[in-house]
Amino acid sequence: MTASVGSDAARREAADLVADLAPGPAVWCSGLRKRYGRRVAVHDVSLEVGRGDVVGLLGPNGAGKTSVIKMLLGLVQPDAGEVLLLGRPGSDPAARARVGYLPELFRYQQWLTAAEVLRLHVRLSGIEVSERERRECLALVGLAERAGDRVGGFSKGMQQRLGLAVALVAEPELVVLDEPTSALDPLGRVDVRDIVLDLKSRGVAVLLNSHLIGEVERVCDRVVILDRGRVAASGTLAELLGRRELRLRLTDVAGAAEARLAATGSVVERAGDWVTLALPADDDGTAVPDLVRDLAALGVRVHAVEPARITLEERLLGILRDGAAARDGETR
Amino acid sequence: MTTTRTVLTVAALTLREASRRRVLLALAVLTVVLLVLSGWGFSRLAAESLTSGEARLTASILLNLVMFGFSLIAALGTAFLAGPTLAGETESGIALAVLARPIRRSAFLLGKWLGLVAFGSGFVVLAGLAQILVVRVTVDYWPPQPAVALALLAAQATVLLTLTVLLSTAISPMASGVVAVGLFCTTWVAGVVGGVGASLGNEAVGRVGSVSRMLLPTDGLWRGAMHAFQDPSALVEFGGGSEEAGAFPFLSMSPLTVGYLVWAAVWVAMIWGLAAASFVRKDL
Repeated sequence: MTASVGSDAARREAADLVADLAPGPAVWCSGLRKRYGRRVAVHDVSLEVGRGDVVGLLGPNGAGKTSVIKMLLGLVQPDAGEVLLLGRPGSDPAARARVGYLPELFRYQQWLTAAEVLRLHVRLSGIEVSERERRECLALVGLAERAGDRVGGFSKGMQQRLGLAVALVAEPELVVLDEPTSALDPLGRVDVRDIVLDLKSRGVAVLLNSHLIGEVERVCDRVVILDRGRVAASGTLAELLGRRELRLRLTDVAGAAEARLAATGSVVERAGDWVTLALPADDDGTAVPDLVRDLAALGVRVHAVEPARITLEERLLGILRDGAAARDGETR
Repeated sequence: MTTTRTVLTVAALTLREASRRRVLLALAVLTVVLLVLSGWGFSRLAAESLTSGEARLTASILLNLVMFGFSLIAALGTAFLAGPTLAGETESGIALAVLARPIRRSAFLLGKWLGLVAFGSGFVVLAGLAQILVVRVTVDYWPPQPAVALALLAAQATVLLTLTVLLSTAISPMASGVVAVGLFCTTWVAGVVGGVGASLGNEAVGRVGSVSRMLLPTDGLWRGAMHAFQDPSALVEFGGGSEEAGAFPFLSMSPLTVGYLVWAAVWVAMIWGLAAASFVRKDL
């Protein structure tokens, strides 16, 4: 009896301790692995989405992005690895109480109306959401006029908008969007971007899987790049795109000038009079003016100085090519 | 979300699906057609000059025959409804958004099953009751145990749809419907073959029926229902209660034993458990 009282007290103490801790990340997973038959779809994926962060999941077709998302949401059983959603183990359905999800394959009950689909999802989520809020949610995705219409009569784009409303309706703290704009027109894409930015401003974490790199670059704080079921790179956009480059058009470049260029950064490319220079990441903003001043003093004629920025697309392609080259090297 | 709330929400959704997809309407039309036809047939029968014994025998056989029609409609209806509602939703992707909610898959499956049971049993009970009333009005025949008979018909529908639910967690919606209805018909034929074997005194053939009734209890329950529909004196008229009557597909020799009913309940629980185990592990 004493032991049981003691263990109860200890449990309460532990619960208080946990309650005092900062809330865990919105998504945390470690060592996720999944095999379908003989094909290994996901090798060893670990990633984290902080509370209120917008994280983009990028990678070529078949990289395992959707499999990872499905494992996070308990739709696919991982062969190995752990998942925590909003601080709870992923195996506990209650972990998904505040999670909204728009699947890549978005289909809703064709025989229900849009308003009924939302009511069903609110009921299943166990969260109280008023009729007015549900209507507002449909209005947010541009379906206010179609609330009473059967989903069977909706176009693909409208069904994807409905899916977005389903993901947003039950006051989520984490929203997982798997290719949310695949069926949308350019206006719809802008709407999705605005919705994601609005979620971000309200502190809702978003995990966004999209092929549209520009979309990811505009809204995401961090990016995780998957390639063949593995995390090929991850980090903030600044970390991934950290290398800044400078393009210069120079003539009358002598040996001393070459040495001065090399002292500033490595020469990435040389095409005629054009020189592309990679600038150091720790540049405090003085490297470029100092370089131009010194080159002029060394008698170099400086025709043009242009900042060059690596796009996420170039970085992604570079990472994927490096990965392919490394695999080729291993097989040889 | 409590499990009970999930189960009831999903069950209500399944019933709404049946009504919105016009399954209810189709069944209602079929039922009315069958009721009208049987009403006409029974009224013609009443016009014949039969002895009271003959009339009761004929009414019993015909009632069993029409009820078999209803149980077949219920079997086809629930089997082809259970396939699309479970396997179809997993295949189309509807299940992805639903099962990503904070609900247990077993609760979702129980809700689907409960909705289907309510639908299938509701249909056979209502249609069966209407048929009993038609017979009462036309030939003034009232079965000895109508409530037991209708309950057994409902149980038969439940057994078949539980099997379809198991199949649809593993195979495509179309295949699950086809296999379930195929097995239902096979068991019925095996029951008739077993009856013929028993009447001929061939034990091996006779055993075919008994074994099939254990493997899939639809035919056993159906025979119990027939026994409760038919007039006890009908058997005496037909074959004096002898073995020969067992060969006739629309008369039943003996009531169900409690043991068999318990076995049917255990069978349903077992198959449902297998379905849940398969569905919980399924990758969507």
